[in-house]
Amino acid sequence: MILTPEQQALLDGAKGETMAKVVKTLVMYGEAFGAQRMVPVTGKYGHTVISFGLKAIKPVYELYDQLLAAGLVSGQQFTADPKPLDPKVPSTLLEDLVFKKIMYTDQKPYEAQLRKLGITSDDDYTCTCYLDQVGNKPQPGDVLSWAESSAVVYANSVLGARCNRNSGIIELMGSIAGFVPEFGLLTDEGRKADWIVEVRCDKRPEAQLLGSAIGMKVMEGVPYVKGLDRFLGSDLDEKACAYLKDFGAAAASNGAVGLYHIENLTPEAKAQGEALIREDAQTYVIDDAELARVQREYPVVWKNPDAQPQLCFIGCPHLTMSQLIDWSDRIEAALRAKGLSELTVPTVFTASTPVLRELEKTIYASKLRSYGVILSYICPLMYMNNPLCKKKAVITCSNKLRTYTSARYYTEAESLDIITTKEART
Amino acid sequence: MKQFQGRVIVPGTCTAEALVSRGGFNTLASFQMALMFGDKAVKCGDQNNPDIYKKPMLGKALCLPMTIGSTTGGMVLYTACAMGKQPACLLFSMPIDSLAASGAILGDVWTEASMPVVDQLGEDFLSYVQTGMTVTVKENGVVEVE
Repeated sequence: MILTPEQQALLDGAKGETMAKVVKTLVMYGEAFGAQRMVPVTGKYGHTVISFGLKAIKPVYELYDQLLAAGLVSGQQFTADPKPLDPKVPSTLLEDLVFKKIMYTDQKPYEAQLRKLGITSDDDYTCTCYLDQVGNKPQPGDVLSWAESSAVVYANSVLGARCNRNSGIIELMGSIAGFVPEFGLLTDEGRKADWIVEVRCDKRPEAQLLGSAIGMKVMEGVPYVKGLDRFLGSDLDEKACAYLKDFGAAAASNGAVGLYHIENLTPEAKAQGEALIREDAQTYVIDDAELARVQREYPVVWKNPDAQPQLCFIGCPHLTMSQLIDWSDRIEAALRAKGLSELTVPTVFTASTPVLRELEKTIYASKLRSYGVILSYICPLMYMNNPLCKKKAVITCSNKLRTYTSARYYTEAESLDIITTKEART
Repeated sequence: MKQFQGRVIVPGTCTAEALVSRGGFNTLASFQMALMFGDKAVKCGDQNNPDIYKKPMLGKALCLPMTIGSTTGGMVLYTACAMGKQPACLLFSMPIDSLAASGAILGDVWTEASMPVVDQLGEDFLSYVQTGMTVTVKENGVVEVE
């Protein structure tokens, strides 16, 4: 890799040993992918995936202490993933004990570290930092140093920014240095499609199911998806963006997708069309039967597969305003049709604090609460990352949450049906 | 015994028993429970990976195509290295992915752990190696499997 004299000086220790190690890390990272140079981070804000003060990852906080001791902070402010705890979310005494005394013992000190390192605000803990209400929305072509698989894939695909699937810690190092190695999704060549995905479903495919199927097939490949614009249209309106948010999160977590192109819809597909597809691209055809097969093959890891659902999480990634309103309407209709006044399964809807604050200005916040919905800024994934949750029959329509926890996946329609009746489907 | 030539990402040598994941290795899902609750054998917690689910990873030659999943993956690998709970080595059949590379490099630069990493060993490597075989990694990226 060819470094500028300034970058070389940093590597040689001009700003101290710790900064030299930061640059060495970025250089080695780039060299693993054949990067020829570093490019400046041009996005206004960063985003970090590490939002949790988890005792088990103490080495991370010790590393951040080293950075702070050396006077190294992020050169740009940044947002962070959702917090792992929210007192509004139901938990048993034992769970509280595990959360507060065993798992997230370092939460407060870590949040203090993030303030020193440059977080934008104590409210900006969300995986959907790119929503208008939060305001960390990159411009097309911006080079980012972000981590959080669902945010990175959204920024690349829907917003046309450029970011590799960086890991936690590396993303902060890029923001500290102000430059990142140029490779992969930062290059035109790396943004070309390795896969053509033909969607031949009869009805609009479930976003989280379609993303999962594609992720598991293409892994870290770049899919060019044909046939989805039949259902989403050709404008990136709020509904299409919400769909793509969920689709991308599933593709990124069930596989390793960092960028997708949707024919006639996402910016690069609109601008370049099939010129984005590599000559040797493989093809994957998805129809309703294929999606049913994918869903059928998800393992059920509840201790008792026939258990009645005890909790439902909706909002991984965090919900948008339009999704919250849409869910409110669907719940209202379902309850009315079944002669019920409240949900029969405790249900948590998760969204960012700024979105929830905006929701409070509408009738929908009180409506949702009146149905029994708990509104929270929590990260459901972090909430469920403990062995006690394995004994708990939690359902979700998030394929990301299913992948990382014992939560059982149901489509949105199935989930709605379950939380408005007393019997779980088996 | 069969030899495979790969590319060195993190230099080093080791001999260890192979643990083979035929599908993508989800770093967060595999390590999270073991790191969080101090599982000494560091058993794989990824329910979606039948090849290695519940199998100990500590000190094994982890053979895999690539890693997948959350962008905490590199941080998780770094943490495993910092705590001395890392595999003996990581051997990729494919070119390394950005999350695995991050974790491997963070482990190399910021911890004392030794975890050689070799990628691009090829599909033949992953077809040939079986869990339980003995794997030797050499400094030049040669991997011997027997």
